[in-house]
Amino acid sequence: MSSTGFIDLDRITRRFTSIPPFTQRLLKRLGGFAASPTVVYAVEGVSLSLAHGETLGLVGESGCGKSTLGRVAAGILPATAGNATVAGEAVMVDGRKTTTRIQMVFQDPYASLNPRMRIGETIAEGPVSHGMITKAQSASDVNRWLNAVGLDASAAQRFPHQFSGGQRQRVAIARALAMRPDALVCDEPVASLDVSIQAQIINLFLSLRRELNLTMLFISHDLSVVRHVSDRVAIMYLGRIVELGPTERIFTAPRHPYTRALLDSAPRLAADGAPMQDIQPIRGELPSPIHPPPGCAFHQRCAYAQERCRTELPALRATGKSDQAACHFPLGGP
Amino acid sequence: MSTDMQALVPLQTPMRIFFDEFLENRIATVAVTVLFVIIILALSAPLITPQNPYDLATLVLTDARRPPGFVGSNGFTHWLGTDAQGRDLLSAIIYGLRISLQVGFTAGVIAFLLGASLGTLAGFIGGRTEALIMRIIDLQLSFPAILLALVLAALLGQGKWQLIAALVTAQYAYFARTAHGAATAERSKDYVEAALSTPLTPTRVALRHVLPNCLPPLIVVVTVQVANSIALEATLSFLGLGLPVSEPSLGMLISNGFQYMLSGRYWISIYPGLALIALIVCLNLVGDQIRDQLNPRLKR
Amino acid sequence: MNPVLLRVRDLKAEFVTRAGVARAVDGVSFDVHAGEIVGLVGESGCGKSVTGYSILGLIDAPGRIAGGSVQLDGQELIGMPHQQLRALRGRRIAMVFQDPMSTLNPVLTVSAQMNMAIQSHRRCEAAQMRQHALSALAKVGIPDPERRLMAYPHELSGGMRQRVAIAIAFLHQPALVICDEPTTALDVSIQAQILVEMKTLVREAGISLIWISHDLATVSVLASRLLVMYAGRLIEEGPTEEVLRRPRHPYTQGLIDSLPSRAKPGQDLVQIPGSAPPLGELPLGCAFRDRCQFASSVCFTAPAQTVDHQRSWRCHHPLNVGGPVRLADAGQ
Repeated sequence: MSSTGFIDLDRITRRFTSIPPFTQRLLKRLGGFAASPTVVYAVEGVSLSLAHGETLGLVGESGCGKSTLGRVAAGILPATAGNATVAGEAVMVDGRKTTTRIQMVFQDPYASLNPRMRIGETIAEGPVSHGMITKAQSASDVNRWLNAVGLDASAAQRFPHQFSGGQRQRVAIARALAMRPDALVCDEPVASLDVSIQAQIINLFLSLRRELNLTMLFISHDLSVVRHVSDRVAIMYLGRIVELGPTERIFTAPRHPYTRALLDSAPRLAADGAPMQDIQPIRGELPSPIHPPPGCAFHQRCAYAQERCRTELPALRATGKSDQAACHFPLGGP
Repeated sequence: MSTDMQALVPLQTPMRIFFDEFLENRIATVAVTVLFVIIILALSAPLITPQNPYDLATLVLTDARRPPGFVGSNGFTHWLGTDAQGRDLLSAIIYGLRISLQVGFTAGVIAFLLGASLGTLAGFIGGRTEALIMRIIDLQLSFPAILLALVLAALLGQGKWQLIAALVTAQYAYFARTAHGAATAERSKDYVEAALSTPLTPTRVALRHVLPNCLPPLIVVVTVQVANSIALEATLSFLGLGLPVSEPSLGMLISNGFQYMLSGRYWISIYPGLALIALIVCLNLVGDQIRDQLNPRLKR
Repeated sequence: MNPVLLRVRDLKAEFVTRAGVARAVDGVSFDVHAGEIVGLVGESGCGKSVTGYSILGLIDAPGRIAGGSVQLDGQELIGMPHQQLRALRGRRIAMVFQDPMSTLNPVLTVSAQMNMAIQSHRRCEAAQMRQHALSALAKVGIPDPERRLMAYPHELSGGMRQRVAIAIAFLHQPALVICDEPTTALDVSIQAQILVEMKTLVREAGISLIWISHDLATVSVLASRLLVMYAGRLIEEGPTEEVLRRPRHPYTQGLIDSLPSRAKPGQDLVQIPGSAPPLGELPLGCAFRDRCQFASSVCFTAPAQTVDHQRSWRCHHPLNVGGPVRLADAGQ
């Protein structure tokens, strides 16, 4: 399997360490009290490769690390270990982002726009400060991107609070596109939107992807949205990828018990509208990334767990031509 | 491509909305009007006052301590009486207000610029720099402002700029602390992350994105601190520090007239006192209204 | 059908703002029967939450109830004096809110909050209260309830907190519980657990539930009947499966069609053009007129409610009308 794609995330690890307060450290020095720093194991050794023009869906629940991974890929957070590159260029060097090729669209349209800047200024700021356009060109450039996301040119003079959630999300997309990126990281871009607006924004993503040949890392907890937009899907659990493969195969024949359980517990409507009355919840709580369980992170909730799962962490192994699963006993045989 | 522009409201800047809401509160409107009147009076002082209280040549000592309504030897009516040196009290009060406003606003604005930049920088940069700056601020805040101002005024001597320097030193820490708190809260918000990930330089993000959003709490502090500066200046001149005797400010007028209170010549202290109170109360009322309006959690 | 527990007739609630009067709820009428789970669905701004709050009398200025009647077991709730309403809340009607962190007081332990809830409606000794609280927690599926009882809300996960909120709501065995998007903020797997637990809880105790949500798929797991709201009006009503399979109102159809699960991967989703009108500027006649592909001149007059067996709708051009739908027809 080729390990360098257009977006290449190579063994990314990201931990958040909180230094205990000064007094605790002092006490430790004086009297040997335990003052170990709290470590959040957000992402552990994740490798992903996206081909040019591909959309990879990243699915998982709270604490799985998908947002953190997305931020590392977009150059917002530096990785504790590992490398993130886009088209061969490193995304971050020494904690500073060094490329404009990858941009991020955030989840909350109410928080991701500066409330005191006009929309036009927000969109034009990036390209102008990077010399992509001159100040004189900024008005027409802003127009171009506003039209591309389905907003009228008059929006440029207005402030974010004058727009609805769906419109603000369009602005956020326009801002990302104005930097002429080759790749987008979308962190739950439609989660805060109503169903009918969600459909509009998803269609917008699809058409932009076609027109601009964008490579996308699409993060979402909503399985039906991910299924609709992704070419491949990666399922994350407690900082690691537990399954990876083509979208349809993942949804119709998952190999990892967590994927299977997730699909069984998500309510959805059938093609003819019939509701799903029988959902099978996964038992147990989501583990905390501060205290990851030993062995396989899912073993406490897994219906198929065996002794080996309690002690040995399963590696992400190929289970098919383009499939991978991190399980000792994948569904459907090894 | 569908455009869902119907939901757009007509163009209204945040400033416009702010003014409209402000004027809905009657008390605040009255306060801001009074403030406005005081400012106009103060600005046009040389034009409207019957007498220039700084010009010692125009003072007639025999007209000293006359009650309100007395017609002086210069020919004009002393509407508020005269003080111990024969100054027309009305003119002296207007000039005094002028000084109070000048000193108060200048000190407030300079303290704001200094404190806000320091605080925002500290809040945005974080780490050791933040810790260092904030410890200095904390140290500063542990001294009572009046004590600091007194010591500095005594050290620096008399004069308007020395006074302003003392007031700024005593007050910039309040701005710094507020700015630091606001900057720390803004720093973790999505739009700051979005700006940084464009990527834009941290300096640009701090000045162009974080600072403007820290302004609301800072504006509230400005109004309160201007009122405080005015009160501080009055206290200092009441105690004989700050401005020279030939430039009477409200505090000094009050102090001059103190000895005459019990003998019935109340006007020499009372009227300057009332003027000072009016100014400070109006500033505080306006500041209150601004604070309430800028507080997003207060639903009206 | 079980007897009617809650009868809402022509409920109106409005918000008086600087920009004018916004009619959040504009003449909504429906019944809830004993032991029934009803889903109140719609998108943001449609008035579903305000309807729920109105039933409990929780509307504060600048909002107010502008008319209509809400009867619980024959007792009129609108205009009831505060003392009486307070006696009802928690005892006969309870509510579960969306964000458990703001429902639970962050400075009190779970035990303290449950005790307060118990004591507000009956006198109990400490030992009895503890038992009561423990059994309530166990019933909502909280493992190790003794330990959770002594915890503060921030020490519990989101799902646990919501379970505590549900336990408090069910403490006095109310006749009706109104849930406002209780699982929207929770993870998929936790949501699934709570949905299943709620179903059993409600069935065992014979409690009626109004489940308010924007998520059709989630609501339909629980609800036997669906009420669809748009721009403050109830535009469709009926048994869940029928409404979802053969909706009458074009908005309901549009809502179902725009779900990603309805389209082929990579294909454009069906979208309802435009967006919901702001509540202060509702168009004349049918509020959905500007976005509806079937609209005609008659839609400038507000459609009256058509009732057909257990279904009702407000539309001049309803879809799928052609005799009642029997479940046996489905799937052909």
